[in-house]
Amino acid sequence: MTWLHNYSRLLAVATVLLIAAGGMVTSTGAGLSVPDWPSSYGYFMFAFPLSSMVGGIFYEHGHRLIASTVGILTIGLVICLWLYDPRRWMRWVGVAALVTVILQGIMGGITVLYFLPTPVSISHAGIAQIFFCLTVSLALFTSPGWHKTYEATKHNDHIISTLATGLPILIYVQILIGATMRHTGAGLAIPDFPLVLGGLVPHTWNFSIAIHFLHRLGGIITTLAIFATLGHLLTHHRTRRDLIRPTWFLALLVVIQVGLGGWTVLSQRAPLINTAHVVTGAIVLASALVLGLRVNRHRFPIENPLRLSTTATRETS
Amino acid sequence: MQKRTLWKLISVLTMMAAACGGGDGSSEDPAPPTEAAAPAFDPATAGNISGMVMIDGEMPAAEELTMNSDPVCAMSATNTMSNTFVGGNGHLGNVFIYVKEGLEGQSFPAATETVTLNQEGCRYTPHVFGVQVGQTVQIVNSDPTLHNIHATPTENDEFNMGQPIQNMTFERTFDSPEVMVPFKCDVHGWMNAYVGVVAHPYFATTGQDGMFDISSLPPGDYVIEAWHEALGTQTQNITVTTGGTAEVSFTFTVS
Repeated sequence: MTWLHNYSRLLAVATVLLIAAGGMVTSTGAGLSVPDWPSSYGYFMFAFPLSSMVGGIFYEHGHRLIASTVGILTIGLVICLWLYDPRRWMRWVGVAALVTVILQGIMGGITVLYFLPTPVSISHAGIAQIFFCLTVSLALFTSPGWHKTYEATKHNDHIISTLATGLPILIYVQILIGATMRHTGAGLAIPDFPLVLGGLVPHTWNFSIAIHFLHRLGGIITTLAIFATLGHLLTHHRTRRDLIRPTWFLALLVVIQVGLGGWTVLSQRAPLINTAHVVTGAIVLASALVLGLRVNRHRFPIENPLRLSTTATRETS
Repeated sequence: MQKRTLWKLISVLTMMAAACGGGDGSSEDPAPPTEAAAPAFDPATAGNISGMVMIDGEMPAAEELTMNSDPVCAMSATNTMSNTFVGGNGHLGNVFIYVKEGLEGQSFPAATETVTLNQEGCRYTPHVFGVQVGQTVQIVNSDPTLHNIHATPTENDEFNMGQPIQNMTFERTFDSPEVMVPFKCDVHGWMNAYVGVVAHPYFATTGQDGMFDISSLPPGDYVIEAWHEALGTQTQNITVTTGGTAEVSFTFTVS
């Protein structure tokens, strides 16, 4: 079902765009430029005049439009999964994505109506990443490679299992710390980079400095974990291209991500740089998730090849 | 069977969507009116405060505001310079002056006149002003573009209202004293204003000449505070005598 895979990929790409739009809303301080929700200045969302999308409204209303599009795409994907994918568990992954995107929309509304309460804003950022992970998972589960490589994925290497399973969790925690830093206004609490208030460790402490420092520390730990995983794979699983490739990609991305983090500080949180840091963080998480799922491929149910081919035949006829 | 489950799912989602109606986040509850009471002193014994606010050092150059994100603002604005530092010849404008201490336990008549905060040329006018607790602030959008008015107090209720149509107005009051309540427009990030909310009528804002007058105070000892958005606050103790005018001056230092 190539079309279903392509549809899932489209949803994942649209979600990256949505995360970028959300990043620009926060980076430009436009979160409350449209004070009502779910309407926009009293208009039905899709009827809001384009000519009025000025200043902060361009970012906030644009974010809402992209979010609605992603929501509609998700509904369509869930319907397709229930109609055409024979794997029961896959359908429920689709439903989980739909529930997540609905919850995310409601959280977005709450942030507007209650003037960006910090816990809700952080949750909104965290749920966005979970939804993105679900869309990436759906794209992976519908990919031809997921069906073909089952036999080749069996292994007894507990080290790679631990590394590849722990990596997405570690990165997600790091993103949550970053979101907490961002939504508590601590992004410039340590204004220098790569040094920390002129040294290696802050000489003075408060919540903002602590959360900022924790995010930097998390960046170092994440980078080391990714390179450790790459090293292990190159040493023990050199033939597993399906694992080596995403890990090389991860290693490249994490270096870029650290650079973007530093640039965000040095640029005084320039909106485009800051947003690039947010988006790259999401892609790092998604790449680690793909790696983790591929390493643990043998733990998933074996698809019935006969059933899959029957569905494919029905679809083409 | 499979399709029946799908329809059930769609029905549930439709009901959820119907249940998720939003509000506009506004609260129209009027503030409780300030109790009208006679001044606790004989007006014939009133005194005054007169003074000026100076700046020590070179006045920072006014920052030019970039309004390109809204073509209406870019084309219609007649003043694109920041109002943070205004004045000249060592005099500092847009400083809010008020009696901070010395009037405790006294009640004052509620202010009846309405204060207008206008959005014109994608700027707030006035930039710094004061009101009494319970006094009506009328907020007007004189621009042919939309604005949101977002007040971010800590002691009063936060609000964020949209004014998408030219000449729209709405009114607000503040229930508690608070110096200062910031206003901002999230659509146009350069637009901001500050209102000082006090429990009595003894406040003023300096003009470009740095001068201010506060009149008709009961005689007594007071702490006067001067607030500037970038330079912080200063206080001074003064004594107002019957029929007299107490002179006071503040000097903010710019490094």
